[in-house]
Amino acid sequence: MKRFTYVRAASIDQAIESLSVHADAKLLAGGTNLIDLMKYDVSTPTTIIDINDLPLREINETADGGLRVGALVTNSEVAIHPFVARHYPLLASAIFAGASAQLRNAATVGGNLMQRTRCPYFYDVLTPCNKRAPGSGCPARTGLNRNHAILGASQLCVATHPSDMCVALAAIGATIIVQGPNGVRSIPLADFHRLPGDSPEKDTTLVDDEIILDIFLPPVLEHHRYSYLKIRDRLSYAFAIVSAAVLLTINDEAAVSLAHIALGGVAHKPWRNTAAEALLIGRPASRVNFDQFASMLLSGSVALSENDFKIDLAHRTVVRALEQAASRTPQSQFDKRVH
Amino acid sequence: MDAAPNTAHHVAYTINGVIRMATIEPWVTLLDLLREEFDLTGTKKGCDHGQCGACTVLINGIRINSCLVLAVSRSGSVVTTIEGIGTPDQLHPLQAAFVKHDALQCGYCTPGQICSAIGLISEGIAKTRDEIREGMSGNLCRCGAYIGIVDAIEEVLAAAPDANSLP
Repeated sequence: MKRFTYVRAASIDQAIESLSVHADAKLLAGGTNLIDLMKYDVSTPTTIIDINDLPLREINETADGGLRVGALVTNSEVAIHPFVARHYPLLASAIFAGASAQLRNAATVGGNLMQRTRCPYFYDVLTPCNKRAPGSGCPARTGLNRNHAILGASQLCVATHPSDMCVALAAIGATIIVQGPNGVRSIPLADFHRLPGDSPEKDTTLVDDEIILDIFLPPVLEHHRYSYLKIRDRLSYAFAIVSAAVLLTINDEAAVSLAHIALGGVAHKPWRNTAAEALLIGRPASRVNFDQFASMLLSGSVALSENDFKIDLAHRTVVRALEQAASRTPQSQFDKRVH
Repeated sequence: MDAAPNTAHHVAYTINGVIRMATIEPWVTLLDLLREEFDLTGTKKGCDHGQCGACTVLINGIRINSCLVLAVSRSGSVVTTIEGIGTPDQLHPLQAAFVKHDALQCGYCTPGQICSAIGLISEGIAKTRDEIREGMSGNLCRCGAYIGIVDAIEEVLAAAPDANSLP
């Protein structure tokens, strides 16, 4: 680990000011990703700004029937919160699908939003990586890319975003509240993470000196159906090869009335296609319609040398998750059999 | 806040009921603080990256990977390590169950397994065998004693489903 100066922010304003003053500073919350990256010298901040004293640990219901989750609330606290378990079970399920209990107990929701890709070239400082060292090249494009992107990649970067929680937040339509030197602004989750394009070193649309304050979940969706289906190389404690988060409502005429579907493990950000979702509205929740939706969702997929299987796998995962949701038999994160 | 380089930080922890203080550099992890400064070597360093669970301890009763915690960040916390759980004459129920069910071979992962299992029981989520397996997935055992580990935890859970009834 490279040496650094440690400071502890006593207020949000002080944290922002400290970010402005110190170049190459990083905010420390749970540390489960940052400390790991620092041990590999992938992240080499010269200053660590510890934000654990900031008043961002509350979960509160909002006046409009939604939920406001502070950036420092741990993943575990969100997943076991009674209101989340009852009204946003998709979010609880996705969180339980990720990492281990120990990591979820330390990791924060703000940190989850900010976590970096698990691309092995990004992690190995002896290899080039455009995300870690802009302009150095991307060995993943022709190298070990079994678990890399099939959607939205660029010539410079084929990394995927590793979060489960963010895939659920994408389906739910969360909003991220951030504060910077110029005040507070809100960013829809869909716009929070970005595609790699010409600047893969940027994971998010946060600008310098901004800090995440809260995540807003929109008002509870009554009588919705859901499933979070995560496909991985081992049954637990592994990153997704593909995952699908599904929120569905079906009306009295057995037609789909709302469909929010996000894919994980396939792109630089949780992947949604609202045009494809619109295709489902007003139509029966049937296999043939789910198939058609999955084809449109995955249109434009491009396989790399080792991951062509992911296109088919993603298609089947989406269809299965939609069927699980429609039949009110969401994937259990404990009994791992996929029904 | 002081922008000048700073390397010496005073930390104070209550570890297994004893207040301990040290002056450390900010990059020292809680795991290294326990092992190197306080000579509490029961907590093990396996991968040092949060993947194996050998370093699991309880902070304020909650299980975490001590290798991914900067000690300076969590100063003031109450920490329980394996040294604070049971004694050779009076084993903690989980320790007794691990012995009974052959839940270890080399024993290197065991302190982390025991701390993690205490955390799992107090979380109160895991009831079934599947749930125990999933809840313990952050603790690897290279000897492959997983069946014994789940057997041991299952037995203790069945006997004391309320975590508060455990010592």
